[in-house]
Amino acid sequence: MLEINNLHVKLEEEDKVILKGVNLKIGAGEVHAIMGPNGSGKSTLSYVLSGKGGYEVTDGSAILEGAELLDMEPEDRAAAGLFLAFQYPVEIPGVGNMTFLRTAVNAQRKARGEDELSAADFLKIVRAKAKALKIDAEMMKRPVNVGFSGGEKKRNEILQMAMLEPKMCILDETDSGLDVDAMKLVSEGVNALRDAGRSFLVITHYQRLLDHIKPDFVHIMADGRIIKTGGPELALEVENNGYADILAEVV
Amino acid sequence: MAQLQAKQDALTARLAGLTAPKGGFSHDARQAAFARLAQMGLPGRRDEYWRYTDPAMLNAVAPLEADTLRVEVPIFEGKDKLRLVFEDGVFDAAASDDMAMAGIEISLLSQADAQDLHWAKALYGTLEAAGQTPVARPFASLNTAVAHEGLLIRVTGKAPRPIHISYRQKSSTSDAILHHCIKVEAGADLTVLETGISGARSNVVMEADIAAGGKLHHIRPQGRSHGKQLVTHIFARLAAESLFKSFTLSMNGRMTRNEAVIEFTGDDAQAHVAGAAVGDGAFHHDDTVFITHDALRCESRQVFKKVLKNGAVGVFQGKILVKAGAQKTDGYQISQALMLDDDSQFLAKPELEIYADDVVCSHGSTSGAIDEAALFYLRSRGVPMRTAQSLLVLAFLAEAIAEIEDQDLAEDIRARMEDWLSRHQGK
Repeated sequence: MLEINNLHVKLEEEDKVILKGVNLKIGAGEVHAIMGPNGSGKSTLSYVLSGKGGYEVTDGSAILEGAELLDMEPEDRAAAGLFLAFQYPVEIPGVGNMTFLRTAVNAQRKARGEDELSAADFLKIVRAKAKALKIDAEMMKRPVNVGFSGGEKKRNEILQMAMLEPKMCILDETDSGLDVDAMKLVSEGVNALRDAGRSFLVITHYQRLLDHIKPDFVHIMADGRIIKTGGPELALEVENNGYADILAEVV
Repeated sequence: MAQLQAKQDALTARLAGLTAPKGGFSHDARQAAFARLAQMGLPGRRDEYWRYTDPAMLNAVAPLEADTLRVEVPIFEGKDKLRLVFEDGVFDAAASDDMAMAGIEISLLSQADAQDLHWAKALYGTLEAAGQTPVARPFASLNTAVAHEGLLIRVTGKAPRPIHISYRQKSSTSDAILHHCIKVEAGADLTVLETGISGARSNVVMEADIAAGGKLHHIRPQGRSHGKQLVTHIFARLAAESLFKSFTLSMNGRMTRNEAVIEFTGDDAQAHVAGAAVGDGAFHHDDTVFITHDALRCESRQVFKKVLKNGAVGVFQGKILVKAGAQKTDGYQISQALMLDDDSQFLAKPELEIYADDVVCSHGSTSGAIDEAALFYLRSRGVPMRTAQSLLVLAFLAEAIAEIEDQDLAEDIRARMEDWLSRHQGK
């Protein structure tokens, strides 16, 4: 599904190297988790993959189903099947949540050469999916993320993911700011989307989320590299002992 | 002294090219307007309210040539309305609907002398004269003095359909001067749509007198001619529990000065003036608003938004004056500019002058670029760059468009904006 090779990234504005050769291969239907201390480059990796400005790729590649992501505009990456659930979803006053979703869904369909969804069809689908995430009609009418609580914002991210049906989903600290119930709700939303043709990259600080979204692989990232890869037990190890042992082991 | 002399010379030169109607019901009002004008002269750059807008094009004896958009792009087509057409400032009877309409009296200014319109005699030039203090508005007095044409509209009940004043420009050098008077009697309700551009240069005055419980909605898309030179004044007087809502859409135009002068004379009234202006390149757009609260518990809102690129200039001068005793006034004013590049300019002068101690007045003014985080968020969901930009620009304008109560009309305005944005994408 996604193959990241030797990815080197620095900040455009300053001469600061963030990613120093990331290698990661995610197969179809797999769930991978990345954990790591603050500042290790986890969020940067998610931004660079989705095409956010401000970063310069100095080396390496990121291939999504045979196509080089790093050469594409953000909207083309989305149409190609990439989705980033933001750590901090952006508030957009004046743009209705429903308008935004329909514009996005239809723009992607158009980019892929598919017919746009009619207003009625769209409404039917979005209502069913919103209901499962306990997003009420009133929330859909409000401007995108404006006045949403932390939990509502994250649920809204998952709703977008459910509507856009991406192949490769990146979840950037989706658990941050969530209480136990909200985390369960969000996780259920994610799990409902798991299938053989869809892969996930879950970035998190805590093992907690991985109790709900069970990963196939866990990677530890430090100082711009993936330094250790294992199964779900690796997350437990981190939870119990912190990163110190792993970091020491690698050095 | 040199300044004063220059203003007087400009006036003399300007008046030399104009003729005023003789006699008739408006005779006294015109004479009084000439007298005011003689005192004021035409505006000069040193005048406090002309610091940001050079009045030269409006002062000039003749207009600059302006492109003519022969076919006015229709708007509000879905609305059943009574259409009255002015071409280059001249009434076009053939293109207009029959003025006879239940519950509404409509006359042409040029034909009013034959009728005995007491209300029009009492209104013509009256609100304009009252609006000359404390700030002089010479172009409005000029208009009162020399306007040959306009509409005199009186409504006594709920108007069955909106009045549509449709302007067309055929000549690239026309200099149109129109003066409308609208009398909304107690409890009456009228919507006025003013569309298009009436000349290469236009000077349009609207005096609106709204009696107790009366309602006037005014929606004005000003046409998208690039070369137009335009000065407009709305003078509105609001009696108790009345309502006035005015929205103006301005697209393009090398010189536009839209003034609104509003006075609350009765308690519990509401006035909202809003504007959305978009300019690309040679564009100068000035909203100047003066709202006087002289009654209890009145609410005023000023919501003005401008989108500027390629050296476009936006100006906002908005004032709320709360007189002593106008307690429980609720005044709100916001002016914002969205700059799509580094070359554009927004000049804002919000003013509050408050002599009552139990009031709520807030104001704000901002200028900024498009929100990059929001833009990336939209694109990351697959929304193409241009669509994302349009969505964000429309979102920026939404607060102004929200001032239009009728959702169909608001939707038409939004569509017009989208159309403009799609033409002016990229560089």
